[in-house]
Amino acid sequence: MEYAVEVKNITKSFGATKAVDDVSFSVEKGELFGFIGPDGAGKTTLFRMMTTLLLPESGSATVDGFDIVKEFKKIRAAVGYMPGRFSLYQDLSVEENLKFFARVFGTTIEKNYDLIKDIYIMLEPFKKRRAGQLSGGMKQKLALSCALIHRPDVLFLDEPTTGVDPVSRNEFWDMLGKLKEEGITIVVSTPYMDEASKCDRIALMQKGKILDIGFLNDIVGKYDRKLYAMKSSNMHKLILDLRAEENTDSVYSFGDFLHYTDKRGSFDSEQMKQNLISKGHGDFTVSEINPGIEDCFMSLMNEK
Amino acid sequence: MDDKYIISVKDLTKKFGSFTAVDKISFEVTPGEIFGFLGANGAGKTTAMRMLCGLSIPTSGKATVAGFDVYKQTESIKKNIGYMSQKFSLYEDLTVKENIDFYGGVYGLSKAQRKEKTEFLIDLLKIEDARNKLIKSLPLGWKQKLAFSIAIIHEPKIVFLDEPTGGVDPITRRQFWDMIYEAADRKVTVFVTTHYMDEAEYCGRISMMVDGRIAALDTPHKLKEQFGVGTMHEVFVKLARPQTA
Repeated sequence: MEYAVEVKNITKSFGATKAVDDVSFSVEKGELFGFIGPDGAGKTTLFRMMTTLLLPESGSATVDGFDIVKEFKKIRAAVGYMPGRFSLYQDLSVEENLKFFARVFGTTIEKNYDLIKDIYIMLEPFKKRRAGQLSGGMKQKLALSCALIHRPDVLFLDEPTTGVDPVSRNEFWDMLGKLKEEGITIVVSTPYMDEASKCDRIALMQKGKILDIGFLNDIVGKYDRKLYAMKSSNMHKLILDLRAEENTDSVYSFGDFLHYTDKRGSFDSEQMKQNLISKGHGDFTVSEINPGIEDCFMSLMNEK
Repeated sequence: MDDKYIISVKDLTKKFGSFTAVDKISFEVTPGEIFGFLGANGAGKTTAMRMLCGLSIPTSGKATVAGFDVYKQTESIKKNIGYMSQKFSLYEDLTVKENIDFYGGVYGLSKAQRKEKTEFLIDLLKIEDARNKLIKSLPLGWKQKLAFSIAIIHEPKIVFLDEPTGGVDPITRRQFWDMIYEAADRKVTVFVTTHYMDEAEYCGRISMMVDGRIAALDTPHKLKEQFGVGTMHEVFVKLARPQTA
Protein backbone atom coordinates (compact mmCIF):
# COMPACT_ATOMS: atom_id res chain seq x y z
CA MET A 1 0.00 0.00 0.00
CA GLU A 2 1.02 3.59 -0.34
CA TYR A 3 1.83 5.40 2.86
CA ALA A 4 0.90 8.96 3.80
CA VAL A 5 4.48 9.43 4.97
CA GLU A 6 7.39 7.12 4.26
CA VAL A 7 10.83 8.00 5.57
CA LYS A 8 13.96 5.97 4.86
CA ASN A 9 17.26 6.43 6.68
CA ILE A 10 16.98 10.17 6.93
CA THR A 11 19.79 12.14 8.58
CA LYS A 12 20.40 15.81 9.29
CA SER A 13 23.34 17.34 11.15
CA PHE A 14 24.00 20.81 12.42
CA GLY A 15 27.74 21.12 12.85
CA ALA A 16 28.86 18.15 14.90
CA THR A 17 25.36 17.42 16.22
CA LYS A 18 23.29 14.79 14.46
CA ALA A 19 19.84 16.27 15.03
CA VAL A 20 18.16 13.39 13.17
CA ASP A 21 20.24 10.24 12.90
CA ASP A 22 19.31 7.56 10.36
CA VAL A 23 15.58 7.59 11.07
CA SER A 24 13.08 5.40 9.20
CA PHE A 25 9.33 4.99 9.66
CA SER A 26 6.06 5.08 7.80
CA VAL A 27 2.67 6.54 8.59
CA GLU A 28 -0.45 4.96 7.14
CA LYS A 29 -3.20 6.98 5.52
CA GLY A 30 -5.74 8.20 8.04
CA GLU A 31 -3.47 7.43 10.97
CA LEU A 32 -2.89 9.67 13.98
CA PHE A 33 0.83 9.22 14.54
CA GLY A 34 2.75 10.72 17.46
CA PHE A 35 6.43 11.50 17.94
CA ILE A 36 7.12 11.54 21.64
CA GLY A 37 10.32 12.87 23.13
CA PRO A 38 11.94 15.70 25.06
CA ASP A 39 13.36 18.93 23.64
CA GLY A 40 16.42 18.22 21.56
CA ALA A 41 15.20 14.78 20.45
CA GLY A 42 15.11 15.93 16.81
CA LYS A 43 11.35 16.16 16.41
CA THR A 44 11.30 19.66 14.92
CA THR A 45 14.15 18.94 12.50
CA LEU A 46 12.31 15.84 11.34
CA PHE A 47 9.07 17.79 10.87
CA ARG A 48 10.86 20.53 8.94
CA MET A 49 12.26 17.94 6.54
CA MET A 50 8.88 16.26 6.04
CA THR A 51 7.29 19.64 5.30
CA THR A 52 10.08 20.47 2.79
CA LEU A 53 11.44 23.41 4.79
CA LEU A 54 14.77 21.73 5.35
CA LEU A 55 16.77 19.44 3.05
CA PRO A 56 17.93 16.12 4.44
CA GLU A 57 21.63 15.37 4.39
CA SER A 58 21.05 11.77 3.40
CA GLY A 59 18.16 9.36 3.14
CA SER A 60 14.84 9.85 1.38
CA ALA A 61 11.19 10.44 2.14
CA THR A 62 7.82 10.78 0.51
CA VAL A 63 4.79 12.61 1.81
CA ASP A 64 1.42 11.95 0.20
CA GLY A 65 3.33 10.01 -2.46
CA PHE A 66 5.62 12.93 -3.40
CA ASP A 67 9.38 13.10 -2.94
CA ILE A 68 10.35 15.68 -0.32
CA VAL A 69 13.25 17.02 -2.40
CA LYS A 70 12.10 16.79 -6.02
CA GLU A 71 8.40 17.42 -5.54
CA PHE A 72 8.42 19.88 -2.69
CA LYS A 73 5.89 22.17 -4.33
CA LYS A 74 3.30 19.43 -4.53
CA ILE A 75 3.88 18.54 -0.91
CA ARG A 76 3.42 22.14 0.18
CA ALA A 77 0.00 22.21 -1.46
CA ALA A 78 -1.00 18.87 0.05
CA VAL A 79 0.02 19.28 3.67
CA GLY A 80 -0.86 21.55 6.56
CA TYR A 81 1.86 22.53 9.01
CA MET A 82 1.55 24.07 12.43
CA PRO A 83 5.01 24.91 13.74
CA GLY A 84 5.83 24.88 17.43
CA ARG A 85 6.37 28.59 17.55
CA PHE A 86 3.34 30.79 16.80
CA SER A 87 4.01 32.06 13.31
CA LEU A 88 0.87 33.75 12.06
CA TYR A 89 0.74 37.46 11.31
CA GLN A 90 0.45 39.14 14.71
CA ASP A 91 -0.74 42.43 13.23
CA LEU A 92 -3.49 40.91 11.14
CA SER A 93 -6.85 40.09 12.68
CA VAL A 94 -8.09 36.56 13.21
CA GLU A 95 -10.26 36.80 10.11
CA GLU A 96 -7.50 38.38 8.00
CA ASN A 97 -5.05 35.64 8.87
CA LEU A 98 -7.51 32.96 7.88
CA LYS A 99 -8.39 34.75 4.61
CA PHE A 100 -4.71 35.19 3.84
CA PHE A 101 -3.94 31.49 4.23
CA ALA A 102 -7.01 30.52 2.24
CA ARG A 103 -5.93 32.74 -0.65
CA VAL A 104 -2.31 31.55 -0.58
CA PHE A 105 -3.62 28.03 -1.08
CA GLY A 106 -6.06 29.15 -3.77
CA THR A 107 -9.20 28.41 -1.82
CA THR A 108 -11.78 30.26 0.26
CA ILE A 109 -12.89 30.07 3.87
CA GLU A 110 -16.40 29.15 2.73
CA LYS A 111 -15.23 26.17 0.67
CA ASN A 112 -13.74 24.28 3.60
CA TYR A 113 -15.61 25.89 6.44
CA ASP A 114 -17.20 22.61 7.54
CA LEU A 115 -13.74 21.25 8.40
CA ILE A 116 -12.76 24.10 10.71
CA LYS A 117 -16.24 25.04 11.90
CA ASP A 118 -16.00 23.44 15.35
CA ILE A 119 -12.67 25.12 16.03
CA TYR A 120 -13.36 28.45 14.38
CA ILE A 121 -16.67 28.89 16.17
CA MET A 122 -14.71 29.40 19.40
CA LEU A 123 -12.70 32.15 17.71
CA GLU A 124 -15.64 33.88 16.06
CA PRO A 125 -16.26 36.35 18.94
CA PHE A 126 -12.68 37.61 18.49
CA LYS A 127 -12.52 37.61 14.69
CA LYS A 128 -11.70 41.34 14.50
CA ARG A 129 -8.96 41.06 17.13
CA ARG A 130 -5.31 41.08 16.11
CA ALA A 131 -3.73 37.65 16.34
CA GLY A 132 -0.98 39.02 18.56
CA GLN A 133 -3.58 40.01 21.16
CA LEU A 134 -5.09 36.54 21.53
CA SER A 135 -4.58 34.27 24.55
CA GLY A 136 -2.36 31.21 24.12
CA GLY A 137 -5.27 28.83 23.67
CA MET A 138 -6.92 31.03 21.07
CA LYS A 139 -3.68 31.46 19.11
CA GLN A 140 -3.40 27.71 18.99
CA LYS A 141 -6.92 27.34 17.62
CA LEU A 142 -6.30 30.00 14.98
CA ALA A 143 -3.04 28.36 13.93
CA LEU A 144 -4.83 25.04 13.59
CA SER A 145 -7.62 26.65 11.53
CA CYS A 146 -5.05 28.22 9.20
CA ALA A 147 -3.21 24.92 8.79
CA LEU A 148 -6.50 23.24 7.82
CA ILE A 149 -8.04 25.85 5.57
CA HIS A 150 -6.99 24.12 2.31
CA ARG A 151 -8.15 20.70 3.54
CA PRO A 152 -4.71 19.09 3.58
CA ASP A 153 -4.24 15.33 3.15
CA VAL A 154 -1.61 15.26 5.86
CA LEU A 155 -1.48 17.57 8.86
CA PHE A 156 1.82 18.12 10.68
CA LEU A 157 1.58 19.54 14.18
CA ASP A 158 4.88 20.27 15.91
CA GLU A 159 4.39 20.35 19.69
CA PRO A 160 0.91 21.89 19.61
CA THR A 161 0.36 21.29 23.33
CA THR A 162 3.71 22.34 24.80
CA GLY A 163 3.23 24.74 27.70
CA VAL A 164 -0.52 24.12 27.63
CA ASP A 165 -2.34 23.12 30.81
CA PRO A 166 -3.61 19.52 31.11
CA VAL A 167 -7.27 20.35 30.62
CA SER A 168 -6.71 22.43 27.49
CA ARG A 169 -4.40 19.71 26.19
CA ASN A 170 -7.23 17.19 26.46
CA GLU A 171 -9.54 19.51 24.57
CA PHE A 172 -6.94 19.91 21.83
CA TRP A 173 -6.64 16.15 21.44
CA ASP A 174 -10.43 15.90 21.17
CA MET A 175 -10.23 18.28 18.22
CA LEU A 176 -7.57 16.08 16.60
CA GLY A 177 -9.77 13.04 17.08
CA LYS A 178 -12.53 14.76 15.08
CA LEU A 179 -10.12 15.70 12.28
CA LYS A 180 -9.00 12.11 12.07
CA GLU A 181 -12.60 11.09 11.49
CA GLU A 182 -12.59 13.44 8.47
CA GLY A 183 -9.89 11.19 7.00
CA ILE A 184 -6.95 13.53 7.51
CA THR A 185 -3.64 11.88 8.35
CA ILE A 186 -2.16 13.56 11.40
CA VAL A 187 1.49 13.55 12.41
CA VAL A 188 2.01 15.22 15.77
CA SER A 189 4.91 15.67 18.19
CA THR A 190 4.82 16.17 21.93
CA PRO A 191 7.11 16.12 24.95
CA TYR A 192 4.22 14.87 27.14
CA MET A 193 4.42 11.10 27.52
CA ASP A 194 0.81 10.82 28.69
CA GLU A 195 -0.37 11.92 25.23
CA ALA A 196 0.88 8.63 23.77
CA SER A 197 -2.49 7.07 24.57
CA LYS A 198 -4.23 9.55 22.25
CA CYS A 199 -2.31 8.35 19.18
CA ASP A 200 -2.87 5.29 16.98
CA ARG A 201 0.86 4.58 16.87
CA ILE A 202 3.83 6.34 18.40
CA ALA A 203 7.57 6.72 17.94
CA LEU A 204 9.65 7.41 21.03
CA MET A 205 12.51 9.77 20.15
CA GLN A 206 15.67 10.72 21.97
CA LYS A 207 18.89 12.36 20.68
CA GLY A 208 17.99 12.08 17.00
CA LYS A 209 17.07 8.39 17.16
CA ILE A 210 13.83 6.46 17.37
CA LEU A 211 14.05 4.37 20.55
CA ASP A 212 10.96 2.35 19.70
CA ILE A 213 7.99 2.57 17.39
CA GLY A 214 4.59 0.91 17.29
CA PHE A 215 1.29 0.60 19.14
CA LEU A 216 1.38 1.83 22.71
CA ASN A 217 0.34 -1.58 24.05
CA ASP A 218 3.10 -3.34 22.12
CA ILE A 219 5.77 -0.94 23.32
CA VAL A 220 4.62 -1.20 26.91
CA GLY A 221 4.35 -4.98 26.51
CA LYS A 222 8.07 -5.22 25.79
CA TYR A 223 8.94 -3.91 29.24
CA ASP A 224 10.49 -7.06 30.65
CA ARG A 225 11.08 -6.34 34.33
CA LYS A 226 8.86 -6.55 37.34
CA LEU A 227 7.80 -3.08 38.37
CA TYR A 228 6.62 -2.10 41.83
CA ALA A 229 4.81 0.96 43.17
CA MET A 230 5.87 2.00 46.67
CA LYS A 231 4.73 4.58 49.10
CA SER A 232 5.42 5.88 52.59
CA SER A 233 4.65 9.13 54.36
CA ASN A 234 8.14 10.52 53.67
CA MET A 235 8.61 9.96 49.98
CA HIS A 236 11.84 11.88 49.56
CA LYS A 237 13.50 9.92 52.35
CA LEU A 238 12.11 6.69 50.88
CA ILE A 239 13.84 7.43 47.57
CA LEU A 240 17.14 8.16 49.30
CA ASP A 241 16.89 5.05 51.48
CA LEU A 242 16.07 2.81 48.50
CA ARG A 243 18.91 4.25 46.43
CA ALA A 244 21.29 3.24 49.18
CA GLU A 245 20.14 -0.41 48.97
CA GLU A 246 22.47 -2.64 46.96
CA ASN A 247 19.68 -4.52 45.19
CA THR A 248 17.96 -1.43 43.89
CA ASP A 249 18.01 -1.32 40.11
CA SER A 250 16.00 1.87 39.52
CA VAL A 251 13.81 4.09 41.65
CA TYR A 252 11.83 7.03 40.25
CA SER A 253 9.12 9.31 41.60
CA PHE A 254 5.72 8.87 39.97
CA GLY A 255 3.25 11.31 41.45
CA ASP A 256 2.41 10.19 44.96
CA PHE A 257 4.10 6.78 44.42
CA LEU A 258 7.56 5.80 43.37
CA HIS A 259 8.35 3.10 40.85
CA TYR A 260 10.98 0.55 41.73
CA THR A 261 12.80 -2.25 39.95
CA ASP A 262 15.05 -4.72 41.72
CA LYS A 263 18.29 -6.23 40.43
CA ARG A 264 17.08 -9.66 41.55
CA GLY A 265 13.84 -9.23 39.54
CA SER A 266 11.46 -10.14 42.33
CA PHE A 267 12.09 -9.99 46.06
CA ASP A 268 10.62 -10.82 49.44
CA SER A 269 8.27 -7.89 49.98
CA GLU A 270 7.79 -8.68 53.69
CA GLN A 271 11.55 -8.56 54.26
CA MET A 272 11.81 -5.27 52.40
CA LYS A 273 8.91 -3.88 54.41
CA GLN A 274 10.58 -4.78 57.72
CA ASN A 275 13.83 -3.23 56.53
CA LEU A 276 12.12 0.02 55.60
CA ILE A 277 10.04 0.10 58.78
CA SER A 278 13.32 -0.08 60.71
CA LYS A 279 14.39 3.05 58.80
CA GLY A 280 11.30 4.92 59.92
CA HIS A 281 8.87 4.14 57.10
CA GLY A 282 6.12 2.78 59.36
CA ASP A 283 3.40 3.04 56.72
CA PHE A 284 5.38 1.55 53.83
CA THR A 285 3.31 -0.14 51.12
CA VAL A 286 4.39 -2.01 47.99
CA SER A 287 2.52 -3.64 45.12
CA GLU A 288 3.42 -4.92 41.68
CA ILE A 289 2.07 -2.79 38.84
CA ASN A 290 1.97 -2.64 35.05
CA PRO A 291 4.41 -0.19 33.45
CA GLY A 292 3.29 2.97 31.68
CA ILE A 293 4.85 4.71 28.70
CA GLU A 294 7.08 6.86 30.91
CA ASP A 295 8.54 3.76 32.62
CA CYS A 296 9.30 2.37 29.17
CA PHE A 297 10.83 5.59 27.92
CA MET A 298 13.18 5.82 30.89
CA SER A 299 14.11 2.17 30.58
CA LEU A 300 14.92 2.66 26.87
CA MET A 301 16.93 5.80 27.67
CA ASN A 302 19.04 3.86 30.14
CA GLU A 303 19.74 1.11 27.61
CA LYS A 304 21.32 3.58 25.22
CA MET B 1 3.57 41.56 58.44
CA ASP B 2 4.46 38.37 60.21
CA ASP B 3 8.06 37.10 60.06
CA LYS B 4 7.06 33.50 60.10
CA TYR B 5 5.97 33.75 56.46
CA ILE B 6 8.36 34.17 53.57
CA ILE B 7 5.47 35.21 51.35
CA SER B 8 2.40 36.90 52.71
CA VAL B 9 -0.37 37.98 50.33
CA LYS B 10 -3.64 39.70 51.19
CA ASP B 11 -6.33 40.61 48.64
CA LEU B 12 -3.71 41.10 45.94
CA THR B 13 -5.28 42.37 42.71
CA LYS B 14 -4.05 43.32 39.26
CA LYS B 15 -6.22 44.88 36.59
CA PHE B 16 -5.37 45.59 32.96
CA GLY B 17 -7.97 48.13 31.86
CA SER B 18 -11.33 46.54 32.55
CA PHE B 19 -9.85 43.03 32.81
CA THR B 20 -9.04 41.69 36.28
CA ALA B 21 -6.14 39.29 35.79
CA VAL B 22 -5.60 38.62 39.50
CA ASP B 23 -8.62 39.03 41.72
CA LYS B 24 -8.08 39.48 45.48
CA ILE B 25 -5.85 36.51 46.13
CA SER B 26 -4.65 35.79 49.68
CA PHE B 27 -2.20 33.15 50.94
CA GLU B 28 0.95 32.62 52.97
CA VAL B 29 4.05 30.52 52.33
CA THR B 30 6.28 29.33 55.18
CA PRO B 31 10.09 29.11 54.93
CA GLY B 32 11.39 25.86 53.43
CA GLU B 33 8.04 24.98 51.87
CA ILE B 34 7.69 23.65 48.32
CA PHE B 35 4.69 25.63 47.16
CA GLY B 36 3.05 24.60 43.88
CA PHE B 37 1.30 27.35 41.96
CA LEU B 38 -1.05 25.73 39.46
CA GLY B 39 -3.79 26.84 37.14
CA ALA B 40 -5.01 26.71 33.56
CA ASN B 41 -3.44 28.95 30.90
CA GLY B 42 -4.77 32.46 31.36
CA ALA B 43 -5.83 31.89 35.00
CA GLY B 44 -3.49 34.66 36.21
CA LYS B 45 -0.46 32.69 37.44
CA THR B 46 2.14 34.64 35.50
CA THR B 47 0.65 38.00 36.48
CA ALA B 48 0.61 36.98 40.16
CA MET B 49 4.15 35.71 39.98
CA ARG B 50 5.39 38.90 38.31
CA MET B 51 3.97 40.92 41.18
CA LEU B 52 5.64 38.70 43.76
CA CYS B 53 8.98 39.05 41.96
CA GLY B 54 8.78 42.84 41.98
CA LEU B 55 8.30 43.06 38.21
CA SER B 56 4.76 44.42 38.21
CA ILE B 57 3.07 46.79 40.67
CA PRO B 58 -0.29 45.54 41.97
CA THR B 59 -3.51 47.50 41.48
CA SER B 60 -4.56 46.88 45.07
CA GLY B 61 -4.05 44.60 48.06
CA LYS B 62 -0.92 43.84 50.08
CA ALA B 63 2.01 41.48 49.76
CA THR B 64 5.49 40.98 51.16
CA VAL B 65 8.16 38.66 49.79
CA ALA B 66 11.21 37.82 51.93
CA GLY B 67 10.06 40.66 54.18
CA PHE B 68 9.92 43.28 51.44
CA ASP B 69 6.89 45.19 50.18
CA VAL B 70 5.80 44.54 46.57
CA TYR B 71 4.97 48.24 46.02
CA LYS B 72 7.88 50.07 47.60
CA GLN B 73 10.76 47.61 47.84
CA THR B 74 10.77 45.91 44.45
CA GLU B 75 14.55 46.32 44.04
CA SER B 76 15.17 44.62 47.40
CA ILE B 77 12.86 41.79 46.35
CA LYS B 78 14.79 41.24 43.13
CA LYS B 79 18.08 41.02 45.05
CA ASN B 80 16.70 38.60 47.61
CA ILE B 81 14.92 36.08 45.43
CA GLY B 82 16.05 33.55 42.87
CA TYR B 83 14.18 33.18 39.56
CA MET B 84 14.31 30.62 36.80
CA SER B 85 12.02 29.86 33.91
CA GLN B 86 12.20 27.49 31.01
CA LYS B 87 12.38 30.39 28.59
CA PHE B 88 14.86 32.63 30.34
CA SER B 89 17.83 31.08 31.98
CA LEU B 90 21.40 31.17 30.75
CA TYR B 91 23.35 33.01 28.06
CA GLU B 92 23.83 30.51 25.27
CA ASP B 93 26.93 32.19 23.83
CA LEU B 94 28.79 32.32 27.14
CA THR B 95 30.59 29.36 28.67
CA VAL B 96 29.52 27.59 31.85
CA LYS B 97 32.19 29.45 33.84
CA GLU B 98 31.28 32.81 32.29
CA ASN B 99 27.59 32.33 33.08
CA ILE B 100 28.33 31.55 36.72
CA ASP B 101 30.68 34.51 36.93
CA PHE B 102 28.23 36.85 35.22
CA TYR B 103 25.24 35.97 37.39
CA GLY B 104 27.39 35.97 40.52
CA GLY B 105 28.39 39.53 39.60
CA VAL B 106 24.80 40.59 38.94
CA TYR B 107 23.84 39.34 42.40
CA GLY B 108 26.70 41.25 43.99
CA LEU B 109 29.09 38.42 44.90
CA SER B 110 32.75 39.41 45.31
CA LYS B 111 35.39 38.05 42.96
CA ALA B 112 36.58 35.59 45.59
CA GLN B 113 33.02 34.41 46.28
CA ARG B 114 32.37 33.97 42.56
CA LYS B 115 35.49 31.89 42.18
CA GLU B 116 34.53 29.72 45.10
CA LYS B 117 30.95 29.30 43.79
CA THR B 118 32.23 28.40 40.33
CA GLU B 119 34.34 25.56 41.72
CA PHE B 120 31.55 24.47 44.04
CA LEU B 121 28.92 24.27 41.28
CA ILE B 122 31.18 22.59 38.73
CA ASP B 123 31.99 19.99 41.35
CA LEU B 124 28.39 19.61 42.55
CA LEU B 125 27.00 19.15 39.03
CA LYS B 126 29.97 17.03 37.92
CA ILE B 127 30.57 19.14 34.82
CA GLU B 128 34.33 19.65 35.05
CA ASP B 129 34.74 18.79 31.35
CA ALA B 130 32.16 21.38 30.35
CA ARG B 131 33.71 24.27 32.32
CA ASN B 132 34.80 26.15 29.19
CA LYS B 133 32.09 24.98 26.85
CA LEU B 134 29.38 27.25 25.49
CA ILE B 135 25.97 26.76 27.08
CA LYS B 136 24.39 26.14 23.69
CA SER B 137 26.56 23.03 23.24
CA LEU B 138 25.24 21.38 26.42
CA PRO B 139 22.33 18.92 26.69
CA LEU B 140 19.09 20.54 27.84
CA GLY B 141 19.11 18.61 31.11
CA TRP B 142 22.50 19.99 32.10
CA LYS B 143 21.39 23.50 31.21
CA GLN B 144 18.30 23.21 33.41
CA LYS B 145 20.28 21.96 36.39
CA LEU B 146 22.92 24.64 35.95
CA ALA B 147 20.23 27.32 35.53
CA PHE B 148 18.66 26.25 38.81
CA SER B 149 22.00 26.30 40.63
CA ILE B 150 22.73 29.76 39.27
CA ALA B 151 19.26 30.99 40.25
CA ILE B 152 20.21 30.31 43.87
CA ILE B 153 23.88 31.32 43.59
CA HIS B 154 23.33 34.26 45.95
CA GLU B 155 21.68 31.95 48.51
CA PRO B 156 18.25 33.56 48.47
CA LYS B 157 15.61 32.52 50.98
CA ILE B 158 13.16 31.85 48.17
CA VAL B 159 13.36 30.80 44.55
CA PHE B 160 10.63 31.16 41.92
CA LEU B 161 10.59 28.43 39.27
CA ASP B 162 8.31 29.05 36.30
CA GLU B 163 7.70 25.74 34.49
CA PRO B 164 11.29 24.68 35.11
CA THR B 165 10.87 21.19 33.63
CA GLY B 166 8.90 21.93 30.44
CA GLY B 167 10.13 19.78 27.56
CA VAL B 168 12.74 18.00 29.68
CA ASP B 169 13.16 14.21 29.41
CA PRO B 170 11.58 12.11 32.17
CA ILE B 171 14.83 11.16 33.90
CA THR B 172 16.19 14.71 33.98
CA ARG B 173 12.80 15.94 35.15
CA ARG B 174 13.12 13.71 38.22
CA GLN B 175 16.73 14.69 38.82
CA PHE B 176 15.58 18.29 38.75
CA TRP B 177 13.10 17.54 41.52
CA ASP B 178 15.90 15.96 43.54
CA MET B 179 17.60 19.36 43.37
CA ILE B 180 14.39 21.08 44.47
CA TYR B 181 14.15 18.76 47.50
CA GLU B 182 17.80 19.38 48.39
CA ALA B 183 17.21 23.14 48.25
CA ALA B 184 14.13 22.79 50.45
CA ASP B 185 16.17 20.71 52.93
CA ARG B 186 18.50 23.71 53.19
CA LYS B 187 15.39 25.79 54.06
CA VAL B 188 15.21 27.50 50.67
CA THR B 189 11.55 28.12 49.92
CA VAL B 190 10.53 26.90 46.47
CA PHE B 191 7.64 28.52 44.59
CA VAL B 192 7.03 26.47 41.47
CA THR B 193 4.62 26.30 38.52
CA THR B 194 4.20 23.22 36.37
CA HIS B 195 1.88 21.61 33.86
CA TYR B 196 2.96 18.12 34.93
CA MET B 197 0.39 16.85 37.38
CA ASP B 198 2.71 14.15 38.75
CA GLU B 199 4.97 17.01 39.84
CA ALA B 200 2.07 18.63 41.65
CA GLU B 201 2.18 15.60 43.96
CA TYR B 202 5.76 16.47 44.95
CA CYS B 203 4.77 19.85 46.39
CA GLY B 204 4.09 20.43 50.06
CA ARG B 205 1.04 22.54 49.29
CA ILE B 206 -0.76 23.45 46.09
CA SER B 207 -2.60 26.59 45.13
CA MET B 208 -5.00 26.28 42.19
CA MET B 209 -5.86 29.47 40.33
CA VAL B 210 -9.07 29.73 38.32
CA ASP B 211 -10.11 32.97 36.58
CA GLY B 212 -7.80 35.17 38.65
CA ARG B 213 -8.82 33.67 42.01
CA ILE B 214 -7.36 30.98 44.20
CA ALA B 215 -10.01 28.29 43.94
CA ALA B 216 -8.30 25.80 46.27
CA LEU B 217 -5.22 25.66 48.45
CA ASP B 218 -4.04 22.67 50.48
CA THR B 219 -1.70 19.68 50.53
CA PRO B 220 -2.09 17.36 47.52
CA HIS B 221 -3.46 14.69 49.87
CA LYS B 222 -6.18 16.93 51.29
CA LEU B 223 -7.11 18.34 47.89
CA LYS B 224 -7.67 14.84 46.55
CA GLU B 225 -9.73 14.04 49.63
CA GLN B 226 -11.73 17.25 49.33
CA PHE B 227 -12.66 16.54 45.70
CA GLY B 228 -13.07 12.80 46.23
CA VAL B 229 -10.57 11.81 43.53
CA GLY B 230 -7.36 9.80 43.33
CA THR B 231 -4.97 12.06 41.41
CA MET B 232 -4.03 15.74 41.16
CA HIS B 233 -4.93 15.56 37.48
CA GLU B 234 -8.56 14.94 38.44
CA VAL B 235 -8.46 17.75 40.98
CA PHE B 236 -7.19 20.04 38.22
CA VAL B 237 -9.95 18.99 35.82
CA LYS B 238 -12.66 19.49 38.44
CA LEU B 239 -11.45 22.98 39.28
CA ALA B 240 -10.52 24.22 35.83
CA ARG B 241 -13.64 22.92 34.03
CA PRO B 242 -16.34 22.60 36.69
CA GLN B 243 -19.10 22.49 34.06
CA THR B 244 -17.80 19.31 32.40
CA ALA B 245 -16.40 17.39 35.37
